[in-house]
Amino acid sequence: MGTSLETPLIATAQSMHFEAPLPLQSGAVLRNYHLSYETYGRLNASKSNAVLVCHALNASHHVAGVYADQPNSEGWWDNMIGPGKALDTDRFFVIGINNLGSCFGSTGPMHTHPDTGRAYGSDFPVVTVEDWVDAQARLLDVLGIHKLAAVMGGSLGGMQALSWTVRYPERVGHALVIASAPNLNAENIAFNEVARRAIVTDPDFHGGHFYDHGVVPKRGLRIARMIGHITYLSDDVMNEKFGRQLRAVAAALKEGRTEDLPGYQFSTQEVEFQIESYLRYQGDKFAEYFDANTYLLITRALDYFDPARQFGGDLSRALAAATCKFLIVSFSTDWRFAPKRSREIVKALLHNQRQVSYAEIDAPHGHDAFLLNDPRYKGVVRSYFDGIAREIQP
Amino acid sequence: MSDATLQHAIAERVPRGARVLDLGCGDGAMLDYLQRERGCSGYGVEIADANVQACIARGVNVIQLNLEEGLAIFEDASFDVVLQIDTLQHLRNAQTMLRETARVGRVGIVAFPNFAHWPNRLSVLKGRMPVTKRLPYQWYDTPNIRVGTHADLAELAERTGLRVLDSFGLQEGRTVRFAPNWRAGTSVYQIAR
Repeated sequence: MGTSLETPLIATAQSMHFEAPLPLQSGAVLRNYHLSYETYGRLNASKSNAVLVCHALNASHHVAGVYADQPNSEGWWDNMIGPGKALDTDRFFVIGINNLGSCFGSTGPMHTHPDTGRAYGSDFPVVTVEDWVDAQARLLDVLGIHKLAAVMGGSLGGMQALSWTVRYPERVGHALVIASAPNLNAENIAFNEVARRAIVTDPDFHGGHFYDHGVVPKRGLRIARMIGHITYLSDDVMNEKFGRQLRAVAAALKEGRTEDLPGYQFSTQEVEFQIESYLRYQGDKFAEYFDANTYLLITRALDYFDPARQFGGDLSRALAAATCKFLIVSFSTDWRFAPKRSREIVKALLHNQRQVSYAEIDAPHGHDAFLLNDPRYKGVVRSYFDGIAREIQP
Repeated sequence: MSDATLQHAIAERVPRGARVLDLGCGDGAMLDYLQRERGCSGYGVEIADANVQACIARGVNVIQLNLEEGLAIFEDASFDVVLQIDTLQHLRNAQTMLRETARVGRVGIVAFPNFAHWPNRLSVLKGRMPVTKRLPYQWYDTPNIRVGTHADLAELAERTGLRVLDSFGLQEGRTVRFAPNWRAGTSVYQIAR
């Protein structure tokens, strides 16, 4: 909630190239890749104040701050991270890394496949949360950071944070797992599949090699985004925001008209309700900047994440390797990553007698709440980071 | 009795190094004290947002749960001691929570205001609900949804099939073993399955 009078945090995107091949969970190997990343704040002398922030489906390494030449370019978690904010960049060295397969800078399906000389397209290897975590760990190696003060993420980012705690337990002091889940349930996979089918069946998709055809499967992307967007909101918020209001009525009211308001158009294809207009707008905006193959890859990474799988579904055994302290946060109206899924994580950690706190924030905004500015939510995160700051040697 | 006096009197009953679950832990002061002074570890359970944040701020593990929904998240006998200090009187399902306390902990310590303390009886004899240091609320704005007596809890424990390991009263920070139902503002029970 910084005032506009404060000097904004200036973000600078960086890129790191990796020659050594990265072995992936699928058995494939990614060679010759690069990762886009940003850092904020200053790494202390003992390199003990680093916090890795993991991003979710449609976000990137641009976590906080603005780019020097672009005034309205706030990072996706700028309300959480920055000078004096809940994750205070005056005290912590914050790192955001764009994941492999993304479309915001790191090596992804739109980049050139070193073997073929053309864009990867659908030949980009399927990457998992574990692969992302491995890639992040390599980047931290280069930065000379052996142990993170904390790893933090919401939604799919929370899954990465959770994965960190079992893949590299000795490298994590604290994990903040927000609005996340130990795996996707069938309903969640179903939503992802509808989105993927919308993209794959778009005639402009060309089996994932649309780059060669100079087209973008925008219709599919739009629908994928519309579906996704519905699941990020709560029923109450959607009703409060849009209700059954007609777009024509809203437009008339905006012009100051209060009489002779328009009625139904009796059309099946025109935008009739405000919610339709909103979803189409969100879909159009998304299709302009997001990559179709990336959408497929990231939703698949979500589907595949299931640390308990190799332990016969026993999450307690899966998390037994974790040694760090945890803050788990969920939101009461989040039905995409419901509180009960967070409680499963808490239960498994309790079973292992791990240090864990759990906050269940009663917020109306559904899954989106983790990106919004609820004071109770921010207060809990701030207090938790205050505690971490007290543990850190300068 | 002040919160701190009650806290210390109860804390003495908690073995050093015990794993503790504090149901309705408030701002986490009790667990903080047990961690610092008696080398204990564990978790608080709390429903109020402000208290959850206060616990996190002081470095006490806290799980935000509604106790009315039970303790399914905790396994049998997973704690040495389960504390239920001034919680019972706020709960609709007091008997279930008593049973759950004994399930989750090897020992449960339950403390609550004793309505049979003589000043309360005197007040009721005069025809008025008591307003005391221990029960500081007017009858129409009290957060306590029930009142009970030291003697009542013995009966409830028996009916619930729980063993009473010890029971006594607390008054002005002192243990009251003679006629606690008359003489103590706070009733304390140590129970087990």
